[in-house]
Amino acid sequence: MKLVKDLSALYEAIAAVQELYLPVENKGRVDFKLYEAGANVDIKTLKTVRSAKDFFFTQTETLMGFKVEGKNIEVEDLRPEVRPFVAFGVRGCDARSFEVLDKVFLVDPVDTVYEARRKAGTVVTLACGRPEETCFCTNFGITPEAPAGDVTTWLTEEGLYWQANTDKGEALTAAIAAVFTEGDGKAVEEQKKAISDIIAKLPLANLDMTHLEGVKEETFWGHPVWKDISETCLACGTCTYVCPTCQCYDVRDFDCGNGIERFRCWDSCMYSDFTRMAHGNNRNTQDQRCRQRYLHKLVYFPRRNEGMFGCVGCGRCVAKCPSKLNIVKVIKALGGK
Amino acid sequence: MNNETLIPKVGIVTDIRIDTPDVKTFRVERPEGGKVFEHMPGQCAMLSVPGVGEGMFSITSSPTNTEYMEFSIKKCGCVTNWLHAMEVGQMITVRGPYGKNFPVDTEFKGKDLLFIAGGIGLAPLRSVINYCRHYRDQYGKIDIVYGSRSMDDLVDYNEIIEEWCHDTGVSVHLTIDREQEGWDGHVGFVPNFVKELGFDTNKVAIICGPPIMIKFTLAGLQELGFDKTQVYTTMELKMKCAVGKCGRCNIGHKYVCKDGPVFRCDELDELPDEY
Repeated sequence: MKLVKDLSALYEAIAAVQELYLPVENKGRVDFKLYEAGANVDIKTLKTVRSAKDFFFTQTETLMGFKVEGKNIEVEDLRPEVRPFVAFGVRGCDARSFEVLDKVFLVDPVDTVYEARRKAGTVVTLACGRPEETCFCTNFGITPEAPAGDVTTWLTEEGLYWQANTDKGEALTAAIAAVFTEGDGKAVEEQKKAISDIIAKLPLANLDMTHLEGVKEETFWGHPVWKDISETCLACGTCTYVCPTCQCYDVRDFDCGNGIERFRCWDSCMYSDFTRMAHGNNRNTQDQRCRQRYLHKLVYFPRRNEGMFGCVGCGRCVAKCPSKLNIVKVIKALGGK
Repeated sequence: MNNETLIPKVGIVTDIRIDTPDVKTFRVERPEGGKVFEHMPGQCAMLSVPGVGEGMFSITSSPTNTEYMEFSIKKCGCVTNWLHAMEVGQMITVRGPYGKNFPVDTEFKGKDLLFIAGGIGLAPLRSVINYCRHYRDQYGKIDIVYGSRSMDDLVDYNEIIEEWCHDTGVSVHLTIDREQEGWDGHVGFVPNFVKELGFDTNKVAIICGPPIMIKFTLAGLQELGFDKTQVYTTMELKMKCAVGKCGRCNIGHKYVCKDGPVFRCDELDELPDEY
């Protein structure tokens, strides 16, 4: 099995062939950043604060410009140029979120910006050596001990074990062949076992999900949980911004002085003006908005996508909600617990 | 590069007709002439004014109009205020067509049709009505029930009086909410008028108007013996992308922009009441 003993050499080798993004620590916070020599790379911290969805669906991006002169308008295509890149150190939950986002952006009509980034990106996942209390990805069939990706890696005491899974993964492996040695892979098997042992003991990793299988909207529509959780919801939108699968966006115009730019940016169904129209708002109260967010992930999305849930169990909302609300509480409440 | 759905085309406003105190009908063409794109009755387009915003509007003209598209727009918000202030020759941006159309070439074929509209709700139905009038021999008898607040608020009044009322096999039934000088037609709300007219149930009904009017009219039709599978309507919710991705026009698991805006009323039964 392929093994990398010198991680810096690996980063240098990848960065020499493609743009490399990986978890970097800055002022106590770890997020995916473009690699540069001397960067404080941190692949031991389990979860980046922001999810990995930025790789393919960025927080804001300009899509077009308009030159307005008198009554005339000229449209300019300002979609970003996309270069090949490697996303290194992605965890299993975030890797699954790409599949969830694919179901939105790659269905007809295809979102060409997302598609271009998806084609350009090689995803190198990293097994979750030490899953945390807030983790519950296993409820969604995700395997943190061997996460899916173009390449899967395991950080062991011997070094980083490396396994290419796709053509893109093989191509990257071939391009940096000089950094690899061979290892017996025993440490990988040991780590997989250790991860499974941790998961068996985690409080949220073994939820009962049977009550969510094949249900329709009406099953949970009038459930008391919406009122309960919305009472303390601040409508801050943090859950949607840290969520790897929240994909709602806004489209807005900005006057640059010498033309108009139209950009897309993340939006949140937790905000009161999200659905507000000139003639009214069909989700007027926070309990309606909370219901929308959770039922979207647990019922609407699965109904449109052969049962695939719109949650990947990364636990970011569990950790970050200032009111301690989260989807796990909802899943439990809907199951009568 | 040119199939990016969010990037619009440019259209030029070649005519503006004042319909009512708050409704204008805009004729839109490509700058070099001709339609910006083809559509089917009931489909919508995103119109925008760069710097102001973008919104979804039903295409009021019939696809059988080969020269231009028309949009009847009520002044009620930011973008519509701007549109109402436009002069002929102004460019706007247009993208589309979006959504499912009325099944004019399948379920509607050979059937008697009953159109029921309230206020600006006539805008999306005008496309269907004129399509069916164009292919007149492919449909049965056509009844049109249309009501508004006052006689000044009837959209497309001239076309109704001068064209629709003279077609053979087309009956137009107009009503206004309250008595008004100079009006000798029916007075009363649309749902009650429909019940008074008492249509036979051997037809397809198409309703569009304010949500409350749709609700009561549907109930009225059911009293007359109509089944929900015979009744179609078209919906509107906040939209940004119009392609089922921005995440705000959903009712349960359906997106109005993509799975609608046209729904058969029994399909709405499956969805939660959040519209």
